[in-house]
Amino acid sequence: MRVGVVTFPGSNCDADAQRAIDGVDGLRAVRLWHGDADLAGVDAVVLPGGFSWGDYLRPGAIARVAPIVQELRRFADAGGPVLGICNGFQILCEAGLLPGALQPNRDGRFRCMDVWVKAEGRACAWLPPLSRPLRLPIAHAHGAWTAPEPELQACEDRGQLVLRYVTATGERADAANPNGSARDVAGVCNAAGNVLGLMPHPERAVHADLGSTDGLHLLTALLGRSA
Amino acid sequence: MRPDDAQLAAHKLSRADYELAAARVGRDLSWPELGVLSVLWSEHCSYRSSKHLLARLPRDGAHVLVGAGENAGAIDIGEGLALVFKIESHNHPSYIEPHQGAATGLGGILRDVFTMGARPLVALDSLRFGAPEHPRTRHLLRGVVGGIARYGNCFGVPTVGGELAFHPSYDGNCLVNVFAAGYARHERLMRGVASGVGNPVIYLGARTGRDGIHGATMASASFDDDAAKQRPAVQIGDPFHEKLLLEACLELIAAGLVVGLQDMGAAGLTSSSVEMAARAGHGLELWLDAVPTREPDLDPYELLLSESQERMLLVTLPQDAAAAIALAERWGLEAVVVGQVLAEPRWRCTWYGEDVCDLPVALLTDEVPPRVGPASAPAASPSLTEEPPCADPSADLLRLVAQLDHADKRWITEQYDHQVGASTVARPGGDAAVLRVPDTAIHLAFTLDGSARHVVLNPKRGAAGLVAEAARNLACVGARAIGATDGLNLGSPEQAEVRWQLAQVIEGLREASLALKIPFVSGNVSLYNQTSGRAIAPTPIVGLVGKVDGPWRGVRRAFGRAGLQVALLGAPGSHGVGGSAWLAQALGRDVGPVPAVDLDAEQRLYDALIPLISAGIVQVAHDLSDGGLALALAECCLPDSHHPLMGLTGALPAVTGGLAARLFGEDHGRALIAYAPERHDAVLDGINGVPLALIGRTGGERLALDGALDVSLAQLHELWSRALPRFADAAAPQEPR
Repeated sequence: MRVGVVTFPGSNCDADAQRAIDGVDGLRAVRLWHGDADLAGVDAVVLPGGFSWGDYLRPGAIARVAPIVQELRRFADAGGPVLGICNGFQILCEAGLLPGALQPNRDGRFRCMDVWVKAEGRACAWLPPLSRPLRLPIAHAHGAWTAPEPELQACEDRGQLVLRYVTATGERADAANPNGSARDVAGVCNAAGNVLGLMPHPERAVHADLGSTDGLHLLTALLGRSA
Repeated sequence: MRPDDAQLAAHKLSRADYELAAARVGRDLSWPELGVLSVLWSEHCSYRSSKHLLARLPRDGAHVLVGAGENAGAIDIGEGLALVFKIESHNHPSYIEPHQGAATGLGGILRDVFTMGARPLVALDSLRFGAPEHPRTRHLLRGVVGGIARYGNCFGVPTVGGELAFHPSYDGNCLVNVFAAGYARHERLMRGVASGVGNPVIYLGARTGRDGIHGATMASASFDDDAAKQRPAVQIGDPFHEKLLLEACLELIAAGLVVGLQDMGAAGLTSSSVEMAARAGHGLELWLDAVPTREPDLDPYELLLSESQERMLLVTLPQDAAAAIALAERWGLEAVVVGQVLAEPRWRCTWYGEDVCDLPVALLTDEVPPRVGPASAPAASPSLTEEPPCADPSADLLRLVAQLDHADKRWITEQYDHQVGASTVARPGGDAAVLRVPDTAIHLAFTLDGSARHVVLNPKRGAAGLVAEAARNLACVGARAIGATDGLNLGSPEQAEVRWQLAQVIEGLREASLALKIPFVSGNVSLYNQTSGRAIAPTPIVGLVGKVDGPWRGVRRAFGRAGLQVALLGAPGSHGVGGSAWLAQALGRDVGPVPAVDLDAEQRLYDALIPLISAGIVQVAHDLSDGGLALALAECCLPDSHHPLMGLTGALPAVTGGLAARLFGEDHGRALIAYAPERHDAVLDGINGVPLALIGRTGGERLALDGALDVSLAQLHELWSRALPRFADAAAPQEPR
């Protein structure tokens, strides 16, 4: 299965995503360029983390008009699996491919640390709920996902709030939420379930030496989607 | 034109300097030439006060690929790869405008690394501020950390560690030293040369504005009370532009389009072009009217002296210029031919066809007159006459742990993306950070260390001890030091005492470097760190790179598990409390004598410890330094990202000496280790004659050394983890002056 990894000016987790994807049996990363309106026939697309266009204006606000994002829109509408990580999540929200928006962290600062998240929404076809929480790194300043109350509730009702920050033992708790996101959301999918955005970085949790291998679960889930 | 005294003073040049240059050229200098002379003869660019002393530092070693003279040093790390690394200071800009000052310091050192063709792998920072109660300290801390975070995070380099220290000697002059390292294949290492007569010189990157004019000259003068007026001399950084520049430069090199590459750092266009010409033994011509500008009316003087950030100078073959420019434009970067390489070793600038500068290259490089003068030792540093009582060591330890120098640094390290690159295997908070070089089995360890206390009391011994301590940090993660870089921060070299300090510091570094066989492949000197006549404590910062011996086993600083055997490796006692953090805390000032450094014993410690770690026998290792055995034990009890708080019950090694010295003395050559008790025989087999003293077993909720120390872990953790956030986030921020 070929997974496209898009490089925007300022992407800085594109090479990490490529290595992580290439490390999963059955997946192969293909590098894509923001200026090309062409997905090179890939089976899935990853928008990696970083600071596209320096986060100027708002994170993701300039990337959403890149030629490749217009092509990505068609791909997603046709049911193609799309994963946005961190800045990729921000781009997907700005592009309207995912609901809600990502606001500055509640303490106003960038935070780099490990968090625990639990996969629990029903809507994302390729993210089966796991019984145990996953340990994943975060690194962001704008990670507080939010949406107007009716939309929030609708997302909740449809099972689109697929990843939430929890404690190491899997309970919801204010202290477990690193950025103040609504309803402890760490990841959201679209109503159709094929587009997923998450703030944690699975590509940084693919080897025991890095402190966790739970990122592999998420990336491997892409494979299930293609089956 | 013939400058008057006021004009010379504004350019920090003496009349003698000027006459020497004018005589060499055979005429008076033009106004732009005067500006150029001012920056290139400044201490910051020319090292005129320190060059002869720096020559004493050992530069060669088995692994060295590129020593001094290039943008950064390079060492061989195996698998056909080179590691390029260097340290850079941005002290004065950070004091004036902490966010941008620190950010552009990091930007500058990253460019030094990738201008040599290396992809940045890691950054570390050494931050030294005045006393916590000084009115500017909190503002500076917040600004500097925010600036490094913004620049490093956006650029995409993990900032994985360093050091944080507070000392009243930095009240009027904080120190911000940034280290960066990058990797490249040997054959892709690039040099900053302008070779090939007639080759085009291409300007690449951000447009030139008026920011940072005379930054290098500012960095070569002492502060007075009006430092804020120099704010226009501070540059503004754009990490996004720098990231584009990085990718474009590495692609240009990979495509074989580059003859020479040089970043524009201090003294911008001037020093980059002069250095490139000097290295090639050629000359260079710049057409200043072709330089892209941000504002319409910059004159040649401003164009030459601007320190606008994120700019590079590139030399290509004539037939490659168009392809190079097209590649840059794909990354959204501006690239323009602004000159050419000349055969004659002259540095010439034209402005709409007219010569505005025409100087011999050597006048701006090799011929800078050294500034030497007599050195004299200051009055003897204070030495201990009567040791203060050590009546309540547990309370003393809790106070030490709550000092900002020793407290948990997560308030800082969580603001830095220390995991981008997915290579960080030992995170901030341990003895050294460890990263795996992508797509290899190579694990490298990095540490950045300074010491105000030991060095100010005894510069030579303190500097030698610094290298030993840094190498010990590396040994504690199972790595052998293979290269060093030095950042020397001192007061004005126009003072005889500072000249003495500089010479002594360099001798100390030299002694340790020779004994431990660690070459200094790059470095930086920052002088004139003084305000209103008061110099900072001499502060060498040493950055060491080590290579992990064998496979990475995940050795750590935190005990994190019950039932481990804890032991002290190295001399079990300490000669005294001179120079220690405990003594400074008890007396409120620095008092010696500083502990001696036995470099042979130090080497024996590394040789015993590293194999025990790489064999997986020792699971926890932590060096003894600030705060001695007591603080080291406390730090091992404290948690890390993956290991919980863990107690210890045991006893102090039975050696002679006072309780204070045994607990808090800062003798070198010692490290704590912990291992599974059943591995004790294997440990004994491996220590090779290095003394081993058993201390106790991990477990429980107290750190208890029979009769000597008894503290609650909860209290220890509370004080340690809350101190820095409580200070940095205090509700009523102190206002900058």
